[in-house]
Amino acid sequence: MSTKNWPLWEVFVRSKNGLEHRHFGSLHAADAEMALENARDVYTRRNEGISIWVVESKNITASNPEHNGEMFEPAQDKVYRHPTFYELPDEVKYM
Amino acid sequence: MSEEQIRNLEAQFEERIARDEKIEPKDWMPEKYRQTHIRQMSQHAHSEIVGMLPEGNWITRAPSLRRKVALLAKVQDEAGHGLYLYSACETLGISRDELYEQLHSGKAKYSSIFNYPTVTWADMGAIGWLVDGAAIINQVPLCNTSFGPYARAMVRVCKEESFHQRQGYEIMIKLANGTPEQKEMAQDALNRWWWPSLMMLGPTDAESVHTEQSMKWKLKRKSNDELRQQFVDQTVPQADLIGLTIPDPDLKWNEERGSYDFGEIDWDEFWQVVKGHGPMNKERMKARVGAWEGGAWVRDAAMAYASKNAERKEKEAV
Repeated sequence: MSTKNWPLWEVFVRSKNGLEHRHFGSLHAADAEMALENARDVYTRRNEGISIWVVESKNITASNPEHNGEMFEPAQDKVYRHPTFYELPDEVKYM
Repeated sequence: MSEEQIRNLEAQFEERIARDEKIEPKDWMPEKYRQTHIRQMSQHAHSEIVGMLPEGNWITRAPSLRRKVALLAKVQDEAGHGLYLYSACETLGISRDELYEQLHSGKAKYSSIFNYPTVTWADMGAIGWLVDGAAIINQVPLCNTSFGPYARAMVRVCKEESFHQRQGYEIMIKLANGTPEQKEMAQDALNRWWWPSLMMLGPTDAESVHTEQSMKWKLKRKSNDELRQQFVDQTVPQADLIGLTIPDPDLKWNEERGSYDFGEIDWDEFWQVVKGHGPMNKERMKARVGAWEGGAWVRDAAMAYASKNAERKEKEAV
């Protein structure tokens, strides 16, 4: 029986230059190097990527959905942050 | 939390799903939702992993390099699909080790179809064509299921799965058009895999215990019997096209329904295999547990190497 389990890693893949790395999933690996190699085999078997990031899952700090109110509601009533808030004369076609 | 608060949360939760909102791992969810998802997703992952065994059996004996690379790629995909699903399942707070433990101890189930033996090369054709065909019918609706990580994993799985079915059907075409012996081999494989493939779509609606709840949570969009009819209607013409005969004397086109009528399924056989009395249940578990135990020293060595490396780096940094 194994004494210690392989930690969990999150995998981010850039599918082509010009696009951001996107979360693809996770996997277990003994270290970062192995996580990269496994990510290549698990998540890019059909040319899905040209660059991979791996981050050990325990290093990610996530917001708690239960606090979504105080986190995200303050932005809801700030309509003046959107261009549609401002009135323009009809003559101005593009702005 | 009081019972009333929980009831409120449950009502809101059901409404979110009804509105087609996705549920993500850290969202509040009823305990039953969590447990049902752990059960179904892990069962799905286990099926992918055990599903490698009957096909792995033929990799070294594939009749050509073309067939060998295709089969190898298919089996590798199945490993990948198992891994996507295990990690999606782990987001619900169960560890990979617990999941493996459940499989190895027999507590968790996997698809019964993998408890049948693969005795000829034609079985590779029949599995791809029929077993993957039935799996695709089961899986496509899951791309829209309510639990986000499951839905995302299924999108990837379904995208990759379609080559599996084609490579199987291509094997059947080749054999069906080959020598009389080859054609007989293809027919024999169809005879053996047809009924177990129909069983793969699950017990009849009258017997299915989870259907109603699963429909609500979008783990299911159509009933088992509807899916089975879809499978029969799509597969019969494919058999006709290559001159093979579906082993069912009661099979006939029903003009009125616009579907095929088909014979009674032997559900006793199905339940026997589910309960562990199929021809290969013991063999499959022995191979799986053996691989896990035999690999323990490799996993340990990798961890030892990783921590040694980390220590060395730390020392160098000082």
